[in-house]
Amino acid sequence: MSKPDDKTTGISADTDSTEAEVSSAGGIAKGQGDEVGGFVILFFIIGFVASLIIGWVVFPKLLYSQKTQPIDFNHALHLEAVSDGCESCHIFRDDGTFAGVPGNAQCSDCHQEVQGDSPEEKKFVEEYVAKEREVPWLIYSKQPDCVFFSHAAHVKKAKMECVTCHGPIGESTSLKVYEENRLTGYSRDIWGKNIAGVKRETWDRMKMDDCAECHEKAAGKKSSVQTDKEACFVCHK
Amino acid sequence: MKEEQNHEKAKRFGMVIDLDKCTGCGACMVACMSENNVPFKEDESKKLDSITWLRVYKLTNGKPFPDAEICYLPRPCQHCGGKGDHGHSPCVSVCPATATDYSNDTGIVSQIYTRCFGCRYCMAACPYHARYFNWWDPVWPDGMEKYLSPNVSVRMRGIVEKCSFCFHRYQIAMEKAHYEGRGELEENEYQTACTQACPANAITFGDLNNPGHAVHELKKDKNAFRLLERLQTNTKVYYISSREWVRRAGDNYLEKEKK
Repeated sequence: MSKPDDKTTGISADTDSTEAEVSSAGGIAKGQGDEVGGFVILFFIIGFVASLIIGWVVFPKLLYSQKTQPIDFNHALHLEAVSDGCESCHIFRDDGTFAGVPGNAQCSDCHQEVQGDSPEEKKFVEEYVAKEREVPWLIYSKQPDCVFFSHAAHVKKAKMECVTCHGPIGESTSLKVYEENRLTGYSRDIWGKNIAGVKRETWDRMKMDDCAECHEKAAGKKSSVQTDKEACFVCHK
Repeated sequence: MKEEQNHEKAKRFGMVIDLDKCTGCGACMVACMSENNVPFKEDESKKLDSITWLRVYKLTNGKPFPDAEICYLPRPCQHCGGKGDHGHSPCVSVCPATATDYSNDTGIVSQIYTRCFGCRYCMAACPYHARYFNWWDPVWPDGMEKYLSPNVSVRMRGIVEKCSFCFHRYQIAMEKAHYEGRGELEENEYQTACTQACPANAITFGDLNNPGHAVHELKKDKNAFRLLERLQTNTKVYYISSREWVRRAGDNYLEKEKK
């Protein structure tokens, strides 16, 4: 700022005004530099926050479609009425395979006629039992095609509780929303609800690493030559 | 303690194929393809494109008419254990994706389709041509996808597949055993599809380590041999033939070389 001052001093009559102009112009230039830097940081923060919101809030909403079950089943109510816990309805077949979700044949033992005054039960009896249609239940824990899972090995041999993987579904009075990954078609229960991948309970996720974690601890086998863990051909098919 | 050791004893599933009994009918190939959802092509004569987990080869002794002889040789994956059975199979050693693996529990070389990215190193490494590459997605005739076996996952374009010794049958048999509170299987509970389909009973399958299984004795037959034994791949598929030239055909012997 001193240089323009030196040049202008004593040369022209309106030095004062020039000086004033020049000095004020210098002041503006300096102030602009600061503000640009501020804007860059501001825009970075805005962009950062926006991408976090998009990635953590908007994207999961886009990725998962929300589906409701055809019938809102009350697990708690039924668990009170049966004697053998989960296995009363979710049975093993004689060949050791697991039947999974019970079919109409089992339900209609009791629900041939409408018993209570629940609209869901009425819907079930009228829409499915009377018309001899099976309910197209959405399976929360359905695994990919390449996975072989033996319920007998876990429940019968290793004596694991259903809750360990499936969570306290037996205590629920209403079925939760089924979230389907639009890209893969798998249930969100496989990947887990927590977008950061934090796992608090054993049933929060059903990915391969979650199976492997327990297999390493419980089975402790090192039959795989490649990985020094349990062999791939145990759970894969 | 002794019982526990018995329970944990490693199995080595293997096969003994009696070539004197094999008529080359191909029933094993058909059974294998339908059991394992192996995709077939419109033109199966295009051998670079067709996939056969188990292929029946035709061997000839190369002599003119009165002495001409033929032998049929079914070739599944040989499930190499490698030297000392440490699992250094040719394919397992080279796989960069951990897609193929050797299990010390069963001695079976596995192929995990979702893991494979199709580099085909294993195909180059396999001395038995037992591995096949899916150049195309499988195309099933209309409605046939409903008849596929749910026990075997279907492969997609761009990956390698091979015989698994019908491992899904082992899984299913073990599931039943767990349900009934058993730790071990009977010999007849786990048999491969080709074994059961063979009308001549040429194929015998079982645990090579288990003295109670038929293969344990059969593999000690004086006419038993394995393919390319000198590579020390230590395969688990044994062949039996009473004919000298067939046994010689099992390895790359020089013309004048004595076995």
